[in-house]
Amino acid sequence: MQRIGVFVCWCGTNIAGTVDVSKVSEALKNEPGVVYSTDYQYMCSQAGQDLIKNAVKEHNLTGIVVCSCSPRMHENTFRKTASAAGLNPYMVEIANIREQCSWVHKDIEVGTEKAIILGRAAIAKLHLNAPLTAGESPVTKRALVIGGGIAGIQTALDIAEAGFPVDIVEKQPTIGGKMAQLDKTFPTLDCAACILTPKMVEAGSHEKINIYAYSQVEEVNGFVGNFEVKIRKKARFVKEDLCTGCGICTEKCPQKKVPNEFNLGMDNRSAIYIPFAQAVPKIATIDPNACAKLKTGKCGLCERVCTAKAIDYTQQDQIITEKYGAIVVATGFNPISMDKFDEFAYNQSKDVVTSLEYERIMNAAGPTAGKLLRPSDGKHPHKIVFIQCVGSRCENCAEKGKEYCSKICCMYTAKHAMLTRDKYPDTDVTVFYIDVRTPGKAFDEFYRRAVEDYGVNYVKGMVGKVIPDGDKLIVRGSSLLDNKQLTIEADMVVLAAAIEPDKTARSLATMLTASMDTNDFFTEAHPKLRPVESPTAGVFLSGTCQGPKDIPETVSQAGAAAAKVIGLLAKDKLTGNPCVAEPNQLMCNGCSSCERVCPYGAITYEDKEYRMPDRTTQMRRVASVNPAVCQGCGACTVACPSGAMDLKGFTNKQIMAEVDAICK
Amino acid sequence: MQVNEFKPKIVAFCCNWCSYAGADLAGNNRLNYPADVKIIRVPCSCRVNPTFILRAFQRGADGVILCGCHPGDCHYTSGNYYTRRRMALLFSMLDYLGIERERTRVEWVSAAEGAKFSTTMNEFVETIKNLGENKRLEDLRCKK
Repeated sequence: MQRIGVFVCWCGTNIAGTVDVSKVSEALKNEPGVVYSTDYQYMCSQAGQDLIKNAVKEHNLTGIVVCSCSPRMHENTFRKTASAAGLNPYMVEIANIREQCSWVHKDIEVGTEKAIILGRAAIAKLHLNAPLTAGESPVTKRALVIGGGIAGIQTALDIAEAGFPVDIVEKQPTIGGKMAQLDKTFPTLDCAACILTPKMVEAGSHEKINIYAYSQVEEVNGFVGNFEVKIRKKARFVKEDLCTGCGICTEKCPQKKVPNEFNLGMDNRSAIYIPFAQAVPKIATIDPNACAKLKTGKCGLCERVCTAKAIDYTQQDQIITEKYGAIVVATGFNPISMDKFDEFAYNQSKDVVTSLEYERIMNAAGPTAGKLLRPSDGKHPHKIVFIQCVGSRCENCAEKGKEYCSKICCMYTAKHAMLTRDKYPDTDVTVFYIDVRTPGKAFDEFYRRAVEDYGVNYVKGMVGKVIPDGDKLIVRGSSLLDNKQLTIEADMVVLAAAIEPDKTARSLATMLTASMDTNDFFTEAHPKLRPVESPTAGVFLSGTCQGPKDIPETVSQAGAAAAKVIGLLAKDKLTGNPCVAEPNQLMCNGCSSCERVCPYGAITYEDKEYRMPDRTTQMRRVASVNPAVCQGCGACTVACPSGAMDLKGFTNKQIMAEVDAICK
Repeated sequence: MQVNEFKPKIVAFCCNWCSYAGADLAGNNRLNYPADVKIIRVPCSCRVNPTFILRAFQRGADGVILCGCHPGDCHYTSGNYYTRRRMALLFSMLDYLGIERERTRVEWVSAAEGAKFSTTMNEFVETIKNLGENKRLEDLRCKK
């Protein structure tokens, strides 16, 4: 039998005004197990807490009920008090007689009666409380960043600067991501390479950062502080430690007709290639689908010209297993495919390009060396039409586009329009838009500059059709403001394609048991207050894998994710929430119902030997909960058909006791 | 005051993260609702076992309401979806047993919706008052 002390708080007049506190304290004295009951003006004050501590010692209490404000307010305070008095902190129950009683009921009689019932329920629950101890688990002081774009690079640099080792896994042969493909960046128009490549070099040369480029995450096991990750390092057929990145092999390679992914297929590369001049790591990679030596066994030219003896045609994929304390997802985005947008003639005409392709055309390191030339005939275009929201904000067209706003297109289209007019004032630029959205520092000023200083023609309305006609593109659209149909004979059309999460994100989310929204963006633990954490403990989000973002936002989120990781890795041990699920393995029949509803993957099964009533032993498959992963929602307790699963701190019996006390 | 006024017993299960906080907000804003409502705090609405609701009716509750985060906002990402399905089944079973549908209710109340909590409770108490006592599931042996 518990020895319970009841402490009724007046909270000044907040409670005492509409609840007769002394009557409550008197009434609860008669409850079973209650050996002490009192009331006091401010229970949370130092004097009030001392009163509790003294009572615990004097009356040898085993648990306390505090009738006061919401447990959301002071549960922790009273747990600490109990702890200081030598009790287990979980031997405390709060009856919420302020927010949920005195403040919402005006009649003192009614309020007092309800407060007594709430007190009774808390006492009934406390009778079934058991001392709980939070579990501890060690932390592996190493972080994994998945994705080597600007988000991943920034996160890795920030973590590494704090002194923790970081591995970056990047599926491309080089880090850099989408930002490496950009020409200039809004709203300042500094060149992307000038600000990104120093960061890439810094990441590549940082003693705490290790880059697994041309690699993929294969398998993730474990939990916060203790992840074990298998990484597949794909065969480059080039020895990384020997290759100097001189590039002779790429010049000599006879197979030069491979579409260059970095320039979005607008020019060609060789079968052995370095994606771009500033690649990090700057190591050549052989494309096994294009290399004649690997396909037919005939060639081997690169091996002959390589002075570093780095070529190795027999190289195999490598599986690396590494332990991490935290994982940051920075898988980024891709523009959506334009295949389903036939109306814009993307597949009919080479002169209809996406904005990212336009970016490459404008880039000095791009397929046209920065000259604005049409992809079809290499001529300079004099009339360009930009179409915004291609696939973005696309209601009722889930099979084609996206319902959300891609966020960055308004700004980069303004940038493209401005740069085009700046470099080629003879070029006429028209932008079709639904709305121009420029919420960012110096964004609206930037857009207005495009319109006012550079004379870009903005037309509110959508384009219905683009028809290739000889070397021209007939653009048919409507201007909503003057209610007119427009037909423009353009030389080039640029589509601001919606962005979507990278295709690898979904499988990665499954491996990490991290949740995603309907658009395959990773969901955050709380949309406002925990925006860089995944609901899965130890998994953090950086950049556009969480939602469309521009570079400044991505970098700030990357830094925030790094700060969270550093906070986690700085701990030697993690203390968990002791209110976690616990199976009664004698009752468990191993049906997997609990595992299926667990959002955290906290439940696993183990085979255990049990002694049966007939004195034989039997192997039984039983559930086991990892307390470091379990968050204590209780979904499994209800899913369990045999009633084997229970939630500590909120056990079936405890809740039933509360129900009984309330319905008495 | 009437002498024989029917005072319903109402159990409200509230999830810790949204609805319990919503109830606290109703208190902060002094948005009154009848004292017949007694709240039980659970970590998530999906912690509420259908047997808890049956138990409440057995012990003489006249109405049971279950409040959780709005769909999509669950602190545990998917808990309230389980609640929604489980309760749909339970309520139709209770209906089959002759327990009026109105005696049970699921409501999504966010931590910002103190006003919604209060109006929901006012409405619910009114509904239960109109229905009268729950006699069908009450186990008189529990009444001592």
